[in-house]
Amino acid sequence: MTLAFDAPTRDLSLFVRSDAKGTEAMDLAVAGIKCAMCMATIERTLANEPGVVNARVNLASKRLTVEWQKGKVTPARILERMDEIGFKAHPFSLGRLESEEAREEKRLLRCLGVAAFASMNIMLLSVSVWSGNASGITTETRDFFHWLSALIALPTALYAGRPFYESALKSIKARAVNMDVPITLGIVLALSMSVVETFLHAEHAYFDSAVMLIFFLLIGRYLDQATRRRTRDVAANLATLRADTVTRIMPNGTLVDLPVEAVEPGHLVFAAPGQRISVDGVVTEGNSEVDQSLVTGETRHVAVKAGDPVYAGTLNIGGQLRITVTKADSGTLLAEIERLLNGAVAGRAAYVRLADRAARFYAPVVHATAALTFAGWLIAGLAVKPALLIAITVLIITCPCALALAIPAVQVVATQGLFRRSVLIHAADALERLSEVDMVVFDKTGTLTVPDPSLANRGDIDVDMLEAAGALAMASRHPLALAVAAAAGKPPAAHNVSEQAGAGVSAVVDGIEARLGSLAFCNAKVAGAEVAAAYPDASLIAYRRGDTVAVFAVEQALRADAAETVARLHASGFRTIILSGDRSEAVRRTAERLGITNWHGELKPADKIAALEGLAGEGRKTLMVGDGLNDAPSLAAAHVSLSPVTAAHLAQAAADGVFLGDRLRPVSDSLDIARRARRIMGQNLWLAVLYNLIAVPLAIAGFVTPLVAALAMSGSSIFVSLNALRASPRGPSEVEGRLDAAKVEALA
Amino acid sequence: MNILLILVPLALLLGFAGLAAFMWSLNTRQFEDLDGAGWRAISDDDISPTETGKH
Repeated sequence: MTLAFDAPTRDLSLFVRSDAKGTEAMDLAVAGIKCAMCMATIERTLANEPGVVNARVNLASKRLTVEWQKGKVTPARILERMDEIGFKAHPFSLGRLESEEAREEKRLLRCLGVAAFASMNIMLLSVSVWSGNASGITTETRDFFHWLSALIALPTALYAGRPFYESALKSIKARAVNMDVPITLGIVLALSMSVVETFLHAEHAYFDSAVMLIFFLLIGRYLDQATRRRTRDVAANLATLRADTVTRIMPNGTLVDLPVEAVEPGHLVFAAPGQRISVDGVVTEGNSEVDQSLVTGETRHVAVKAGDPVYAGTLNIGGQLRITVTKADSGTLLAEIERLLNGAVAGRAAYVRLADRAARFYAPVVHATAALTFAGWLIAGLAVKPALLIAITVLIITCPCALALAIPAVQVVATQGLFRRSVLIHAADALERLSEVDMVVFDKTGTLTVPDPSLANRGDIDVDMLEAAGALAMASRHPLALAVAAAAGKPPAAHNVSEQAGAGVSAVVDGIEARLGSLAFCNAKVAGAEVAAAYPDASLIAYRRGDTVAVFAVEQALRADAAETVARLHASGFRTIILSGDRSEAVRRTAERLGITNWHGELKPADKIAALEGLAGEGRKTLMVGDGLNDAPSLAAAHVSLSPVTAAHLAQAAADGVFLGDRLRPVSDSLDIARRARRIMGQNLWLAVLYNLIAVPLAIAGFVTPLVAALAMSGSSIFVSLNALRASPRGPSEVEGRLDAAKVEALA
Repeated sequence: MNILLILVPLALLLGFAGLAAFMWSLNTRQFEDLDGAGWRAISDDDISPTETGKH
């Protein structure tokens, strides 16, 4: 059966923003922007397009914003123009989360600017007071300088310190203590004590310490935020560029290509052979085979006919299908996955980060020390006021500047190191969780194997035959034919090829008919049986020309470095296990080839979660690596998770990070870097403790002046930051050349 | 020490000028594309062909 239609038109109105002045705008993610030349080419080409008002490329995020006068040019025309100059672009709308993150980053930068201004100016005044104290400054001048400092410091602390106060309040409301609680307490105490001291014409005030503390901490926080946003931007671009469109059959019978978001339940959509079905629905017309490996992990193709359900992410192999879009009703696979996913996500939120765990010990110890100091001096016979002053100095000097920088600094360096090794981490605490892993759980299909199928029996096939078959295959969009064409090195397509839907393609070459297609179509059942015996997991496609026959076995090959990576993981002491939805027989063969002794096949999503819970019950911390829709709940349930960039959307969103490219190495790299980062975080925490061991006795003894506090605080912060730089080792990928965002994109 | 009455406000004023410049650059979105900005400075796209002809 064939459904005849004109070529579909494209509707992009979902992505267009319009304003009152009659201009419309659209944001696009663009693949392949590498340098300033690309930027200039794109901007110039679009600016010369009639109707376009403004086109601006953001080279850092590889995005393009185009504005045009309404009605003068269509969004489809802009995409067409981009295509003509060789850039693949795809429109996207900023998610709520993304714009919130961007706003937060801007706020931190604004706070940072204010804090920088204030600490510079207060330092100017403080240094004058310090040198004045040594050379006989008059009390009036000193008071004037202190009041001036207060005038700058108080509004600054009120404005620039808000990120810390808000976080501290939130954590107190949740009846917990995070690092921001002692920070807030330190700032408030330092400022109020300084105001009181200035009022009493005293020698020392700590305005500079309070503002410098805010300044240093904001640097750490801003860098952390900016690094994470950069990796998230790249990941979002990749997801956008992969976004599948849906071909909707309009009520009047025409075809329109739409973004997935624009399709609603009840709509009728069309799927051509070789096209990915990006909606959930029920087949209303047509017969075909579909590849559900991205949904269930099952590599064998499934036959579908009218009335059968199909899921977003399946690849249509055989014939044309008409599908009615449905919602995820209860009882379907998707509803089951969503239910499991919600449960798994709720279970994870309980993780307590290293910094907050440190704060839980730190805050009570410091506050008890200050209280004991106060009591000790009272007993030793000091008056209440000087004793209180010394106790507050203890609190100020222990205010955890180095402690609070110790972890974000490492995190920034390690995240960038992972980025260069093509791992994009988006969960803030993923690095710490990664470092605790002792067992790696792999999905098989699409994770240990390359998602695109390739020719498995290449060695058995005559080179000329392969090339002739390749020429025919180039004329088809069938996934099996694509694998044959790729194996033949993509030769020029044969002429006058006719396609028989659901069977194969044929052409007359030098007077003899050549056919490429199903075994029946090529009359190759006998030869096919032999190949099927040798490659039980493979899909078969045959080629016949005259009396000569070749049968190609196409299957998903293992990632090139899968065995090597698994061996490296074993050598580093990690345990490995395969949890797959595919047939046990296929899983067993993969496991044997990789040297993984522990494997389970034919698992439903709920079975995978049960298996992970069993492992967690044994005290194992698991890293789940998976790509399928069926893996999404277990990706969320595992201690930490990664997915390849080719993964289903839901799976990618559930994972803590994605890795790019055809290799498995990023998995072992990320474990290495995370462990190293964790070690350096530990070192930094001990460095901060060491600093306190030296500074606190001095403070208790009453020797600490504002000058000593300033030196100690900046010294320890710089020391901790320098140590953090060691978190990203020079690896092999860095020797090959630094990976930047453009190369990372190319890898995907 | 009367010189302080001039120097201190002057120092503060300069500091404020720096802060204001930073806020201005932030609000005019100059921190949004740190990679591209460097290249835009050396591209001569903003000179139209008629302008170059005059030289």
